[in-house]
Amino acid sequence: MTLFAALRRWFDERLDWDDLIAPLRHKTVPTHRLSYWYFLGGITLFLFMIQVLTGILLLLYYRPGANEAFESVQYIMTRVRFGWLVRSIHSWSANLMIFTAFAHMFSVLFLKAYRKPRELTWVSGVLLLFLVMGFGFSGYLLPWNTLAFFATKVGTEITGQIPIVGKPMMIFLRGGEDVTGATLTRFFGFHVAVLPGIATVLLLVHVLLVQRLGMSIPPKLEVQWTADPSAKREMKFFPNFLLRELMAWYVALGVLGALAAVFPWNLGVKADPFVSAPAGIKPEWYFLFMFQTLKLIPSKVWFIDGEVLGVIAFGLVGLLWLLLPFFESDQPSHMKRWITGLSVFALAYVAGMSVYGLLAK
Amino acid sequence: MSVDQLSQPEPTRRRMVGIFLGGGLLASFASFIYPVLRYLVPPAVVDLGGDEVVAAKIGDLKPNSGKIFRFGSRPGLLIMESDGTYRALSATCTHLGCTVQYRNDLREVWCACHNGIYDLNGRNVSGPPPRPLDVFDVHLRGDDIVVSRKREA
Amino acid sequence: MAFLRNKLRPFSAAHVGLAGFVVFAACLGCGQSYGQSSGQIANTCLDCHSTLPDPLGVSQEKFSQDIHAQKGLTCASCHGGDPTSDDADKAMSPKAGWKGKIDRKQIPQLCGSCHSDPAYIRQFNPSLRTDQLDQYRTSVHGKRFAAGDTKVAVCTDCHSVHDLRAPSDLRSTVNPVNVAKTCSRCHADASYMNGYSIPTDQFAKYSTSVHHEALAVRGDLSAPTCSTCHGNHGAAPPGVDKVQNVCSNCHAFQAQMYEKSTHKKAFEAASLPGCVVCHSNHGIRHPTDAMLGAGPDAVCMRCHAPGDRCDQARAALLSNLGRLDEANKSADSVLRVAESSGMEVSEARLGQDQARDSLTKARVTIHSFRTDLVDQDIQAGLKIAAQNLQAGQDAMVERNHRRLGFGISVIAIGIVLAGLRLYIKKIES
Repeated sequence: MTLFAALRRWFDERLDWDDLIAPLRHKTVPTHRLSYWYFLGGITLFLFMIQVLTGILLLLYYRPGANEAFESVQYIMTRVRFGWLVRSIHSWSANLMIFTAFAHMFSVLFLKAYRKPRELTWVSGVLLLFLVMGFGFSGYLLPWNTLAFFATKVGTEITGQIPIVGKPMMIFLRGGEDVTGATLTRFFGFHVAVLPGIATVLLLVHVLLVQRLGMSIPPKLEVQWTADPSAKREMKFFPNFLLRELMAWYVALGVLGALAAVFPWNLGVKADPFVSAPAGIKPEWYFLFMFQTLKLIPSKVWFIDGEVLGVIAFGLVGLLWLLLPFFESDQPSHMKRWITGLSVFALAYVAGMSVYGLLAK
Repeated sequence: MSVDQLSQPEPTRRRMVGIFLGGGLLASFASFIYPVLRYLVPPAVVDLGGDEVVAAKIGDLKPNSGKIFRFGSRPGLLIMESDGTYRALSATCTHLGCTVQYRNDLREVWCACHNGIYDLNGRNVSGPPPRPLDVFDVHLRGDDIVVSRKREA
Repeated sequence: MAFLRNKLRPFSAAHVGLAGFVVFAACLGCGQSYGQSSGQIANTCLDCHSTLPDPLGVSQEKFSQDIHAQKGLTCASCHGGDPTSDDADKAMSPKAGWKGKIDRKQIPQLCGSCHSDPAYIRQFNPSLRTDQLDQYRTSVHGKRFAAGDTKVAVCTDCHSVHDLRAPSDLRSTVNPVNVAKTCSRCHADASYMNGYSIPTDQFAKYSTSVHHEALAVRGDLSAPTCSTCHGNHGAAPPGVDKVQNVCSNCHAFQAQMYEKSTHKKAFEAASLPGCVVCHSNHGIRHPTDAMLGAGPDAVCMRCHAPGDRCDQARAALLSNLGRLDEANKSADSVLRVAESSGMEVSEARLGQDQARDSLTKARVTIHSFRTDLVDQDIQAGLKIAAQNLQAGQDAMVERNHRRLGFGISVIAIGIVLAGLRLYIKKIES
């Protein structure tokens, strides 16, 4: 017996997990023209694991606190062996992960994988997307450089615009009225403890649901294959799909390494709260579409303050997005087309506004 | 095709694949693990943070003399007065940014560029400088003369 | 008229009288507040003179800006007369001491009657100087004035009158940022200066200088203006043999070097004005290495003959400076590339500040006109620049190592990918 099989038997005798693993061996993944989109979720998960690993490594040297944070990141970049690699991978992987998370969400949207019975998978997924953006926002401040400081200032300022709860929320986020060292400590707590904890739970739910419910098939294909079961094409999840997934993960690793080696993440200048904000301060690219929208809303719409209207609108859109599957559940087909149209619009809007925000002064 | 020919390529191909996969996996893991292991070992220079630096050792400076040291990204001036007290100031002149120096004949800090003069408390007493120099705290730690930024009130 | 007399009943008359009284009291009240501060004496002169046209007109607004008015003085303080009276004849009567328009020839004496009296000035500002009139008498303006020339500047020409502001006020004609413009009102007016033997291009030249740029553009109040070098009340050119004393007040290092140099003796012997010979007096531009060259900006070759000992020394100085400049530039560019590739080179960057300081010091040491001293500074700078260049190159080597390491891992990844592909093909065939 091979070593691998022997180990497996040893653990099975003590954990009795063969029953648990058995369904996995039977799990199949439908193969069709659009199967490649199935990889996105796995890549996002892989990048998340990279983040956890590099994040833990960074934790060994990073010091939260306005007077030490910047210097500790500088220390990691210059004195710690391969510190530059760990930090650059962490920063790049963060951006890549947010990108793949959005891509994964849009692919699920267009492939209509959120339909019954997968509504809860969608809900947990959208919540995870919000969490991932929260990770990005909180992590961005941690090096405590000028750009991060002012981006946080602007971002939390916008939160403060939400009527009634906005101000208390802003004070909660900032740890005070202004962005200070207290904000840094708080964001650090969010970034390494609160958000990871919630994300782990949601991830488990999300992945478990995917395993239990299997992969969704695009609607048209589903109709076809129900009519003619012999036309169904699928591959085994283990090991075939998993091996392909592994290839995708390795490619992602290569891309990350390339980015870290050729475009190391820069340090910036240490934040100085008393300096005036640099002109044209912008948030990170994944917030640009919201930021640009707010900039385009006139300062007063009817009698409502423009920015407040924008923030409320985004809140509403977010809520509706979360509950999207429930609008389609048993609706007639015209509603389905309506949602398809909305999806196209959403993608165009997010992409277009992001590009606009990138190019605008 | 004979049965012999069929069975020959199989084992070699399987071995090839095994070598490729196994070798590749090993190499790639090594290229991941090696940096992580090196990373885990703390570097020789234990960081003192950006708010503090060892400017000199006791004995480096003679009484009534000054020394330029690096503090973060800007120069600093460490002065030992004739009675043995140490003082540390920012060494960037507030007029046009030249590096100042300690004049042991004047017992004051002097900027050679436009004849600006600061007293040992950093106050601009003569010449063009419009603002005083930043003053730093000086502590002695064993043999080290440690200069740190003034703690925020 | 008859109509009015018939209509004027006692009741109405009382009303008219009341109204009239109110108006009269208002006028009095207004009159009281004019030209007053801290409840001092009334200044009714402005009641009429604020409405009169020039040259008799002084508006209320203008006079309220005047520092004398703010301290409680009135028109009568200089012009005499009775400021409390509404009656023009009484107010402007010689019996009340009214002087009328002050003659130009009387102005310095008049101003000095208070401003040279320490006991009097002490009541207002104890730290104000009281020697202005004495200084004035030593100045070119003062001497010519004593000889009868009324075209020269007197107190009011520079300080203005009726809206005289303290020199610290940015709008004052004698605030450092405005002094050059004030002087230029006469000194740049060719037709006014006709008959005097001095040029009228000083302001034009000064406006192109580094000192003007520092003062008027950057707002550096330590930069010199006309009065800094010429004096204000005791205004006079420093004198050919005293020029470097003036410059040395700020440019102490250069002056020290020059003092010990061969050029000082030579220039003094030839009655040449020291620093001005190479740097000019009013149009002082930022010095460049080209001044040591042989082109249009060259200063050495104005006196020295090509090929002689000094020409050779000059060429050596220029080439040394050029070497250090080049070394700095190449170190800077390597460090810049390293930094943009993501390498951390802030310490070397800081070190370059020192290298640049060495170059500045070398340029200052030129004023000693000794190639050996300049060489010392150059060598020190070259050493530092070389160190930083090395640091930059080391950073580039490290960068290339990183890329090599990455390349190796890419190969490993490639092998894994190929292996996986083959494995997949195998198990699916």
